[in-house]
Amino acid sequence: MSIALRDVWADTLGEIALENHDLLVLDADLATSTRSDRFAVAHPDRFLQMGIAEQNMIGVAAGLATLGYIPWVSSFAVFLTHRAVDPIRMLVAQTHANVKIGAAYSGLLTGFTGKTHQDVEDLAIMRAMPGMTVLAPADATECAAAVRWATDTPGPVYLRLARDAGPDLFDVTYRFVPGRVIRLREGSDVLIVSTGLQSVRSLEAAVLLEADGVSAGVLHVPSLKPVDTLAIADAARDVRLVVSVEEHTIIGGLGGLVAEILAEHEPRRMVRIGIQDTWGESAPNAFLLDRHGLSPRRVAERVATELSELSGR
Amino acid sequence: MALTPESGAGPSVDLDDVARRGRLLVVESVAHSGAGHIGGPLSAMDLLVALYFRVMRIRPDEPDWPERDRFILSKGHSAIGQYAVMAMRGYFPIEELATFDSGDSRLQGHPDMTRLPGLEASTGSLGQGLAVGLGIALGARMRGLGVQTFVLLGDGETQEGMVWESVMVGARYGLGNLTAIVDCNGLQQYGWPPVPGEERRGDRRDPLAGTHLRGAFEAFGWRVLEIDGHDMEAIVAACADARSAASGRRPTAILATTTKGRGLSFTEGRFEWHAKVATADDVEAARLELGPGPGGAAGS
Ligand SMILES: Cc1ncc(C[n+]2csc(CCOP(=O)(O)OP(=O)(O)O)c2C)c(N)n1
Repeated sequence: MSIALRDVWADTLGEIALENHDLLVLDADLATSTRSDRFAVAHPDRFLQMGIAEQNMIGVAAGLATLGYIPWVSSFAVFLTHRAVDPIRMLVAQTHANVKIGAAYSGLLTGFTGKTHQDVEDLAIMRAMPGMTVLAPADATECAAAVRWATDTPGPVYLRLARDAGPDLFDVTYRFVPGRVIRLREGSDVLIVSTGLQSVRSLEAAVLLEADGVSAGVLHVPSLKPVDTLAIADAARDVRLVVSVEEHTIIGGLGGLVAEILAEHEPRRMVRIGIQDTWGESAPNAFLLDRHGLSPRRVAERVATELSELSGR
Repeated sequence: MALTPESGAGPSVDLDDVARRGRLLVVESVAHSGAGHIGGPLSAMDLLVALYFRVMRIRPDEPDWPERDRFILSKGHSAIGQYAVMAMRGYFPIEELATFDSGDSRLQGHPDMTRLPGLEASTGSLGQGLAVGLGIALGARMRGLGVQTFVLLGDGETQEGMVWESVMVGARYGLGNLTAIVDCNGLQQYGWPPVPGEERRGDRRDPLAGTHLRGAFEAFGWRVLEIDGHDMEAIVAACADARSAASGRRPTAILATTTKGRGLSFTEGRFEWHAKVATADDVEAARLELGPGPGGAAGS
């Protein structure tokens, strides 16, 4: 059964809090959207309402962390990685504070809220910060495992959450290992590298490609930082084309990461699919995925076009 | 309240009727698009109607008229309220409201000045509109323009530190041509559980409830007027008062007491209507409560 990552995040924290009495959730007045209202009901004494004041919330979390608490701050991704970026940088990343950032409503699919709320630069910003762990799980199972790992592991963690539910990829045997990349599908013509919920759409694209006689491998990167650089380089070795696909700008996120790795370790023809240096807008999910080339159909078309151009060269 | 148009003011219409129609347009538009906010737009509707139909010197057919008064909806999540009022005032056809929140629409979920003429700022991230208003008020004064700048904020929004940076700098530059209107409905998105006996106007409360907003603005050097934000006459009078003080060296804050979700029995004071989508049944109920009634101009 598919559950939205924001729900998994809140319910997993609620479960952990039964045993871990240092766990706190801080909200900046978005609890009904981020689902921290569920945590608030389950653990009212461990839920702190900071009001519509995200920068202050980060500072408060940094202070609480010095007393041994494990604060999870929660808001929409955009109000954390943009509004509160300076406190995150200075008070959390630079001090390696044990603060966990639960970034709800990341990416393009933010329930019609539009460009102001669509955080398509968060991975680039957070990845650039020394000492920050950056995670983007693909399904409910992986998300729950990442939440548990992050809570148990000292240091700052950025967890990219999504608003809407997607299909399940992993089963109960899944174990979260920081930095590990996950092979979702073998393929010899092209390697599609993906992260977050987009990995599911990329897998669907690979199935569409197979019907057209293209063998597409899919690699899922749940942890952009740390990341197993050599595993990505290895996976690129036997294909002619590498395609990164992300619900994020093509600048500095997964596409940036893969390009950096290939340039240094395994030069390959590469294409970055994602938001092409532009802003989003209010629109239905299907419209947005199509417009930005992220629907399975659009990904498959782009890959096929790029492959045939390569052959024609 | 029937008023005759003054120079530069809007058409001679009953403001309460316009507001009733605006509330219905909000509910219908949100139901149609399947997304958006209801509580905040209904809370601010009377303020918006008074501003656009009576207070502001504007030309809907010439939205970039240099002498126009400026309005910024800092609580940008109430965009559909502003759009409904702008449509009724003639900025664009009412039918365009049906495009709210859809791809390529000028009517984005939050006001986007790059898409819709007549918007003075893009908002949606709370706490930023007053700064833009401050810049406009400062620039207008330096350019010798006698325009008044009105910025509408939520009371929850005043929790953002940036609001107070603007309040401080606005006072420092003595911007009498800047008016902040705070939609004080006591609710926000989630807030805090109510405390027994506490005065409030809804089922949850603002985390900063009890903060003395008047005292805070006054301490920074602003003039403060407190009004009933659903009383058209009081809104128009307070805005006129703010304008008449423009040559003075103090900006004015109008603290408007409101009810979130105002105008519909099932949304008033209910925090979950902050961003709930109205169902077909809700729209029917809203039509019954707000539709053209005896003496109503709501259907015109
Ligand atoms: C910086 C920022 N943080 C959080 C939000 C999410 N948000 C949208 S509306 C809202 C509550 C606003 O409450 P208030 O200002 O009182 O407005 P009203 O009650 O009139 O809707 C919140 C938290 C936002 N838009 N911007």
